[in-house]
Amino acid sequence: MTIPLDSATRLQRMLSDGEVSAVDVARAVLDRAAATEPTIAAFTCTAGEQLLDQAAAIDRRRSAGETLGPLAGIPVAVKDVLCTTDMPTTCSSRMLKNFQPPYDATVVAKLRAADALLVGKTNMDEFAMGASTENSAFGVTRNPWNTDCTPGGSSGGAAAVVAASNVPLSLGSDTGGSIRQPAAFCGVTGLKPTYGRVSRFGLVAFASSLDQVGPLGWDVADNALLLSQIAGFDQRDSTSLDAPVDDYLAAIANADVRGLKIGVIRDQLDGDGLADPARHAVQQAIEVFTAAGATIVDVQFQQTKYWVPTYYIIAPCEASSNLSRYDGAHYGHRAEVSSEEAQQHGPLVATYCKSREEGFGAEVKRRIMLGTYSLSAGYSDRYYSKALRVRRLIRGDYDAAFEQVDLLLGPVTPTAAFPLGDKVDDPLQMYLCDLFTVGANLAGLPAISLPAGHTDAGLPLGVQLQAPPLREAAMLRAGTVFQNATDHHRRRPQL
Amino acid sequence: MAFSDDDIRKLAHLARLELTDQEVQTLGPQLERILGFVEQLAELDTEDVEPMTTALDVNNRWVSDTIEPGLPREAALANAPLADKECFLVPPVLPS
Repeated sequence: MTIPLDSATRLQRMLSDGEVSAVDVARAVLDRAAATEPTIAAFTCTAGEQLLDQAAAIDRRRSAGETLGPLAGIPVAVKDVLCTTDMPTTCSSRMLKNFQPPYDATVVAKLRAADALLVGKTNMDEFAMGASTENSAFGVTRNPWNTDCTPGGSSGGAAAVVAASNVPLSLGSDTGGSIRQPAAFCGVTGLKPTYGRVSRFGLVAFASSLDQVGPLGWDVADNALLLSQIAGFDQRDSTSLDAPVDDYLAAIANADVRGLKIGVIRDQLDGDGLADPARHAVQQAIEVFTAAGATIVDVQFQQTKYWVPTYYIIAPCEASSNLSRYDGAHYGHRAEVSSEEAQQHGPLVATYCKSREEGFGAEVKRRIMLGTYSLSAGYSDRYYSKALRVRRLIRGDYDAAFEQVDLLLGPVTPTAAFPLGDKVDDPLQMYLCDLFTVGANLAGLPAISLPAGHTDAGLPLGVQLQAPPLREAAMLRAGTVFQNATDHHRRRPQL
Repeated sequence: MAFSDDDIRKLAHLARLELTDQEVQTLGPQLERILGFVEQLAELDTEDVEPMTTALDVNNRWVSDTIEPGLPREAALANAPLADKECFLVPPVLPS
């Protein structure tokens, strides 16, 4: 029997009906990883024998008639930025190469409580900084649709393990588009929840006011299933929202968009920053939603050209502060310092500087430098304070738009997946990959990337829906309607 | 904004980063280009705009001032580059 590793909802049904066992599923996952990892390299670590043990325990409990969690026996991979007690958490950095967290992230604890199979940790841009998963200390991940191309970033591994049908579900993190962009490049569905909807406790911080954990899977139904397990208030995260969680699975049953107003940010769709195939994907999506009964409304945003500049001040400033904890003292890489090196600034400062030099890669250093400069005396008003004020204006654009429309529809990435190495020497070009995604992070809003077609070369394209805070259910409903009317999310790469 | 090699080295020291000569020469032009790009924010009049420091305007949440168990010492020390049974061991802070 073929085990459908590309559908959590189908697997869930088969497991509960006794058609397959959790051990069968675990073996299939290990076999699939053995077949694809030499090419795709999406994991930093896999559970191996532990996975079979987890599965056997679930089968025993099922046989004994125990009540199991909603994800019992469903394989889930976790981005290597989330703390796990039984697997290292490296953030794909030499700095944390051997770090073994003493606690689980709240989302990981919730997966365990739901009886999911924790398959492994996925590769990423170091400390989630990047748009291609090329900034990893442990090698690049390749796009399953074309192994000469990037899977996107920074959750490139999390998207690639789904696209390679290693697992039906994975968890990523999204600071400026890091779930949605790789989802678009890899032809899967990825959701960035409202800031505070999902706990950040145990998520290694990059830019604390922007980071958010979210699900990836082939379709909206699987995203809804995983989101329903990880959403909710967490006392241990001071930014967690204490608000009721919608029933996402009920929301997508009998989904309908009739009467819904969907906005299109016209200057983004018509602008030069969008390649024709990506524009065409949005135009086709507009037709799908119109045919399904939604009304499309053009909306004006005043500040879209300032999204990326604002983000590339605020995120590096927060990163320079958050990453100051990596000093070689309590955990992480510590460099050996010679007596000559110790003489110049003293042994402790020399240890800090050299440990960070050896532990961090080029992109992380670049952002720390940028953040340090933007926060330094004499420049913080010009850069950091200015960016915080513009952030308020950006949020104002969204608030005004959502007085007219229920959701926003637009592109996810300017192009389809680009070749490996194409932008590594030009950081600004890499930053412009975030053109359409950072707005949701700056404003704290939920957004979802949906597979929406392919280029002539066979590379996936995505479209994005954005919603007001805590309106994930509306977004999932509309996404379901789109996927009921299209088959982009059902296409699979040849591997 | 033009950065000299010394400017970059000074900034790196503020960030507690040691850089190679090659990195210094690469980072200067890159930072200039990125900062030149973000300079376009100066076009906007934000004089009367309140800074937005968090993603959503939520009130600070207070926790009760009660003693709760923390990370056990053994767990806290487990990832230390160097430790004895009680403490993290670090290079000397003061000159001998």
